[in-house]
Amino acid sequence: MATKATSAEVNDTTGPEEGVRRRDFLNVAAVSFAGVGAVAAIAPLIVQMSPSADVLAMATTEVDISKIQPGQGIKTSWRKQPVFIRNLMPKEIAEANAVPLSDLRDPQTLAERTKPGKTNWLITLGVCTHLGCVPLGIGEGENRGPFGGYFCPCHGSAYDTAARIRQGPAPKNLTVPDYKFLSATTVQIG
Amino acid sequence: MSFSWAKPYEPKHPVMRWIDERLPLPRVVYGAIGGGYPVPRNLNYWWNFGVLAGIFLTIQIVTGIVLAMHYTASTDGAFNSVNQLIMRDVNAGWLLRYAHMNGASFFFLVTYIHIFRGLYYGSYKAPRELVWMLGLVIYLLMMATGFMGYVLPWGQMSYWGAQVITGFFSAFPLVGEPIRIWLLGGYAPDQAALTRFFSLHYLLPFVIAGVVILHIWALHIPGSSNPTGVDVKSERDTLPFHPFYTAKDGWFAAAVLLFYALVTYYAPNYLGHPDNYIPANPLATPAHIVPEWYFWPFYAILRSFTVDFILPAKLWGVLAMFSSILLLFFLPWLDKSPVRSGSYRPVFKRFFWLLVIDVLILGYIGGAEINARNVALGQAAAAYYFLHFLVILPLVSKFETTLPLPNSISESVLHGEEAEAAPAGQTKTKRGGSVATTTAH
Repeated sequence: MATKATSAEVNDTTGPEEGVRRRDFLNVAAVSFAGVGAVAAIAPLIVQMSPSADVLAMATTEVDISKIQPGQGIKTSWRKQPVFIRNLMPKEIAEANAVPLSDLRDPQTLAERTKPGKTNWLITLGVCTHLGCVPLGIGEGENRGPFGGYFCPCHGSAYDTAARIRQGPAPKNLTVPDYKFLSATTVQIG
Repeated sequence: MSFSWAKPYEPKHPVMRWIDERLPLPRVVYGAIGGGYPVPRNLNYWWNFGVLAGIFLTIQIVTGIVLAMHYTASTDGAFNSVNQLIMRDVNAGWLLRYAHMNGASFFFLVTYIHIFRGLYYGSYKAPRELVWMLGLVIYLLMMATGFMGYVLPWGQMSYWGAQVITGFFSAFPLVGEPIRIWLLGGYAPDQAALTRFFSLHYLLPFVIAGVVILHIWALHIPGSSNPTGVDVKSERDTLPFHPFYTAKDGWFAAAVLLFYALVTYYAPNYLGHPDNYIPANPLATPAHIVPEWYFWPFYAILRSFTVDFILPAKLWGVLAMFSSILLLFFLPWLDKSPVRSGSYRPVFKRFFWLLVIDVLILGYIGGAEINARNVALGQAAAAYYFLHFLVILPLVSKFETTLPLPNSISESVLHGEEAEAAPAGQTKTKRGGSVATTTAH
């Protein structure tokens, strides 16, 4: 390779006190330019994996809740994810309020998880916070687990009547999505 | 390649000579899996499983390429393209699909035996550390490929498997959930996820094939290990790979392929789950959701963390599951015993079989229902798994008194009965190379 001889020559002509040699500068500049270009070329390869705009679009779902009797619940869908809407019985509300917050892994009161004056309407995502299964307990006759709320069959997480995590591997309560009451009988999720 | 007495390639046909002079590929093949690769003469049947894994990789690639010609990677069409088109309409499609389904199970089965053979005979020890580590890379790639392939039929187990396994990433704080959404291309498995899994499921087997070449290359530098763990000392200790081990591998492959054919033809769905014949439903999780059998031990480790301790239980489970494989990369340095083979390590041998039982228990728990007894048993078995590698193995390798090793491979094989073992017409082979022959009787 001629590199050695050439760099020695360059060194001679520019002198050691010059600091950066011209050839080194050209090398670093050329490789840096190519490197930045390569990184820029990777960007589209990475962003193509992210959810596209149609998936991201904040779709809203309106749900008629007039037919849900106390003690019943329905399963609906929002952004391709299941949503549980439950009309709690007074007994279930009392059970949820009787639990001291210190007993909870993710401390929240029922009131914090519902809208003011509508504490009987418990609206959560039907997605277990462990690994994303749909817990049982919303349908009639399904296993509601030891705490009377929801029970995830995948890894045994049990939620109470306020859908708060009480037992098993899940770290968080079932997520409460953004929603509002459009009327006494209609809820808009999202 | 590895020993001075390895026979050099001498092309017999002029065409082969012509090729060899221009591109020495025939030479490479001859030195790798032909008469030019000397192999210890005392290999037992446990040494057949590496070649078997290669055979099943080939079966998977061939059947997979053909299935991809008929498969539709869309959430509307995937289930029907597998269960209607391939299983009923495509000529011999049912056979190719069942062969691919069960081929995956057999690929994992022979690979597990191959891994445990390495664990027992200390195949991970110097100078074969890189062979071992490349093997683990292959295994990780196999797991990724197997998982993504299972998603493709888009049945209930496919869908919820994708949901749960991508959910592993959400365990990591802050970055976890964005990573999960990025991997899926949405908030739940959907079209974007299915298409990218199909693309990667097609790609990764070829990456595996590439790493297999590195695995064999690294193996052929020191040469194959053997049941005594004693290094090859002379030509008397080895036999050429071809025809000796090609013949043995061929016969054993035929035996295992017969078993594979039995399962494929007579019990093709035995290792699968009936729920995967239900189309994916994002609103209902199957009551008993489990992965394929070859992931059960890891699934049991994942499930064995139920209580938060500094970190959330969910994160512990995911970390433990990943580290149960990652710690195997450190095995060459955890087990420092200079004796390779478990046959000469009486204490190690007992703990090895305990580990086998422990992994079988983990496998059983991973596939079983969740109840108090199974969770407790799974926790104990998971704890023992880590105890074995992180505590027992280093201690045993430090304090164990090993049995005396044979002086050489040929000595351990022949027990002084050299005349009996010599080829007809030869009674004795002298070290100097001169051969005393007598007339055959």
